[in-house]
Amino acid sequence: MATSSFSRGCFVFKPSAKKKKMTVGLERYFTHGSEGSESSEVRFKICLDLWNKVKMETEALQDELNRNILDSLLEFTRKCSSTRDHSDWASQMRASEIPTAALVLGVNVPDHDMTFQSLSDLLRHSVTPHVASLQAKECGALKHLMKRVLERLMGTVVAVGDEEEEELQQTDPELQKSVHCSLTALCDWYISKTKKSSCSAPGKKRSSSVVDGQHQQHPVVIIFKDLEAFNPRVLQDFILICSRYIQRLPLMFIFGIATSPSTIQHMLPNSVSSLLCIELFQSLSCTQHLTTVIDKLILTSSFPFKLSGKVMQVLVSIFLYHDFSVRNFIKGLQLALLEHFHSQPLSSLCCRKNEAQLNVQRLGPADLERIRQLPSFKRYLKEQEEQDNLMTDDAHLKDVCQKLIKDLHKYHKNYYPILRCLHCLTSSLPRYPLGKQIRELHLICLEKNVWESEDYQSAMKLLKMLAKGELISLLQTCAEVLQPVRSKKMKNALVQLEELLAKLKLLDAAAEVAPSVEENLTAPVRNLQKKTDLFQLQKMLLEMNESRRSKRMSPFEILRNEAVDFVDSLVKNHLSPPESKPLYEVCYYTSSATVRRHLNATPRTSIQAALSSPYSYIQNDSLKTEDGTVSNAAPDICIAYKLHLECGRLINLYDWLEAYSTVVSAAEGSNPDSDGFGKVDEVKHARFIRAVSELEFLGFIKATKKKTDHVARLTWGGC
Amino acid sequence: PQQYCYPSLFIYGHRASGKSHVVNVFMKDLELPHVTVSCVECVSVVLLFEKVLQSFFGGDAALLLPRSPSLSDFVRIYRQQSSQSPAKQTRYIVMEKAELLRDADVNLLPALLRLQELVKDNISVILLSEIVWDKFRPNTGCFEPLLLHFPDYSKGELQQILSTDQHPSYSAEFYSSYINMLLGVFYPVCRDLRELRHLAALNFSKFCEPVAAGKVKETDTHKLWKYIEPHLKKAMQTVYLGEVSSLQWEQMEEHETGALRGLSAHTHVELPYYSKFLLIAAYLASYNPARTDKRFFMKHHGKIRKTNFLKKNEKTSNHLLGPKPFPLDRLLAIFYSVVDSRVAPTASIFSQISSLVTLQLLTLISRDDQLDTPKYKCAVSLDFISVISRTVNFDIVKYLYDFL
Repeated sequence: MATSSFSRGCFVFKPSAKKKKMTVGLERYFTHGSEGSESSEVRFKICLDLWNKVKMETEALQDELNRNILDSLLEFTRKCSSTRDHSDWASQMRASEIPTAALVLGVNVPDHDMTFQSLSDLLRHSVTPHVASLQAKECGALKHLMKRVLERLMGTVVAVGDEEEEELQQTDPELQKSVHCSLTALCDWYISKTKKSSCSAPGKKRSSSVVDGQHQQHPVVIIFKDLEAFNPRVLQDFILICSRYIQRLPLMFIFGIATSPSTIQHMLPNSVSSLLCIELFQSLSCTQHLTTVIDKLILTSSFPFKLSGKVMQVLVSIFLYHDFSVRNFIKGLQLALLEHFHSQPLSSLCCRKNEAQLNVQRLGPADLERIRQLPSFKRYLKEQEEQDNLMTDDAHLKDVCQKLIKDLHKYHKNYYPILRCLHCLTSSLPRYPLGKQIRELHLICLEKNVWESEDYQSAMKLLKMLAKGELISLLQTCAEVLQPVRSKKMKNALVQLEELLAKLKLLDAAAEVAPSVEENLTAPVRNLQKKTDLFQLQKMLLEMNESRRSKRMSPFEILRNEAVDFVDSLVKNHLSPPESKPLYEVCYYTSSATVRRHLNATPRTSIQAALSSPYSYIQNDSLKTEDGTVSNAAPDICIAYKLHLECGRLINLYDWLEAYSTVVSAAEGSNPDSDGFGKVDEVKHARFIRAVSELEFLGFIKATKKKTDHVARLTWGGC
Repeated sequence: PQQYCYPSLFIYGHRASGKSHVVNVFMKDLELPHVTVSCVECVSVVLLFEKVLQSFFGGDAALLLPRSPSLSDFVRIYRQQSSQSPAKQTRYIVMEKAELLRDADVNLLPALLRLQELVKDNISVILLSEIVWDKFRPNTGCFEPLLLHFPDYSKGELQQILSTDQHPSYSAEFYSSYINMLLGVFYPVCRDLRELRHLAALNFSKFCEPVAAGKVKETDTHKLWKYIEPHLKKAMQTVYLGEVSSLQWEQMEEHETGALRGLSAHTHVELPYYSKFLLIAAYLASYNPARTDKRFFMKHHGKIRKTNFLKKNEKTSNHLLGPKPFPLDRLLAIFYSVVDSRVAPTASIFSQISSLVTLQLLTLISRDDQLDTPKYKCAVSLDFISVISRTVNFDIVKYLYDFL
């Protein structure tokens, strides 16, 4: 865009009101450049379906998780609006306080938007139509804050008396003339509003408020989404103003707090905070939230799309180490989903079982060839006898694929219940050999055969030492986990488990049998007293030890071992890592590097990589070099960068220029012996200066006053 | 026509010493033409002008004001209007929280002080403020208003005032004896009338309990004292600080749930792993002198005793002096040396620093628009940081110069 200004400066172009029509379909983006374009439409459809499902599930989950706190908040607002009408002594004395809910939401600020959205929707729907939510960045000064509040509550444009709003005022001059930016205006508006509504529909009103007993005032709720970011001064003034109007206007605040409630005290002096009547609401911690999301979206067989251990690790570590944001986690999941369907041509098989069977039949010859090339399929071939048949006969291959896909689905169906069982059993063991959270166990299982790990062995040993009560309750929870699963193997397992449980419970009844065993034991002890010979005694004791070891196995212990062995066998049968299954590539997304690159960008590393090896970005063969060197045909900035790496803390600009011009002359192919070689002409000079200023812009060097004609390096090392 | 009133009056006194109340009641009872304006509310002068014109000459006068009016516009319109409807009595403008006028336009305060002269009308401006006039006087000089001081209430006066809002279902003597006890406990720590009233309202139901239960007669002050005293002592710990809201306080009384956690009890903050280390690094950078970094974070620093390090001015504890600003480079250098694993310098590390700033755990010292080497300060306490560092198994005390 152009300006008519003569002066140099920064110009802001506001986007014009007309929106450009974007009619390019999403699908075109997807199919463009994706591999195996023949099946891309199918894949796009599956991908979209899956994503919609994920989105719906997460939204439902979010609502459910927040239900408790939202409900109590709603209750709070209702109570506040109702106590205001009471005329007893205590509430009259308190009438000057503004009811305030401090909502502690945790540091994962990006997630809060959804919570506040549903909160304000709920409030609008069930308590009051007057809700305004504010963000700190739009309320830099008190008048802006006021303006936002009034705008959002009254739904009109409000004049502040600033020149910048001129454009707005031109659009509807009538509205802004009448409304000025003060709470008086709001008050008048509110009174007229309530009068109107009570006059116009008295019958309707009465019928709806019969339950409440009397006509209720709708409170005016103002939500401060991010309290910490607000300017304390502005907030204090606003509260002071509001408290002057509280008698006429039933105001209510909701503070969204990211850190801890004591920030309120840090931000507001006593004179202000005494005007508020603060009640605290604590939301669910974000780690718990993540656990449920993983539980619902990943540890389930209903989603055919799976993450491999490494990708999962990347997503979880971004969550734990960087942002604590569940929304970003789901974004990561979305990215993985998209990448998988975009880059894996066989992902058309990654859908529900029946559809997958159909899609197998539709596979083209190219796709079948891809299947044959899959590492997991090759492994499977080696185990099979009739290899050559599979390699050539397409129809047979399709049949086999159908079977394999079916197996894969069965594997998933059994995997998750058993995983949960194992987690149930081991999560309460001392020092958590297999992790506290189920996601840790899942990661272990995805990586290798879990039963081969040392931690698993020690966990099993610990299980064999459990007391009876604990064992029974653990097995019972396992049985509950297995209960709803509809699969033959799991049903069998459940039956066996219940048998074990029944036997364990029967032990109580059979407790009388135990003393007889004890008697057997005590008999040799009596014998012992007769013997006096030392050798005899030693022999006797050894024998007793032996017998104790073998005989001490009480019926409970036998049963316990049986139970643990049973669990062990289940684990060995069902918790093998997915890599061992043929065609696992269809469902598992494995490229953790892509996910990391997209979600956890490393700007500095990429800049350095671009400067030191331009070939990786500009794929020009002339730039190809061995490690550590830069071709002299590289862009100027790369050459300058390379040369500056050889310098110390301070760089002499003239030396740098000389070196640069030598390199560039060589690139131009001029004769090294000729007179002009390495001479600095104007063009080279200009190119060099541009390269240097680009480096300065990127933050590698800066001007210094320590020495004339020198610049300071801002990075260390090099060469 | 008649004698003009003195142009301006300046009333000052502590919070809740009855300034506005007295003025307002005075105005109302004598039915004087007046307008009360709170300076907090006047985001821009327009609102002030509008309100004054509106209440003296009706809404139409306010509409005459041009967009973004200046003081002279106001004076012009006022003159015009007052000539149409001359004052029979002195008109008063009451400005509450007048200390905010100091931050307004330079010419506003002097103009208000001699507004009578400017508009040639019998008008007087009353300024109410919590601070003394000396702090107002602009250095260009101005018209001196009449000064009037409202002294603080004495104990007896407080007792009288508080006794006026008695509960309708109890006798006045009963309530005033309650106030007497309340003042006995709280007067040494709190003389703010508003706060005391708040406390009185909160604890009264508790005070009535034994009477309502029939255990004690209303007149038996000694026994009542016995009942209420421990309760008031408890209230002193929590309510006065605004820790617990009145609603919660009442609920607690209903349920008798022992210790209620106030706002400041919730100080625990869950942070992502690297944010914790960034905060620790920021704390170390803020409280350790930069010269000592070598000793703490280099592997082979040799033995350097504290005395060698000490400069004269550093003898005092850094924790007494408060946090010092540090540049971003230093923060990152310390961060990379305290965090145990190798961390790639990703974008999210940097975004965590800025989110720590928005959470007010760090403070940006340099200006917002300075992109080159921004400076920060750590804004958390030692207790807070020790809790944080305990969760990541980092012994922060070992790295702090003050505790060497």
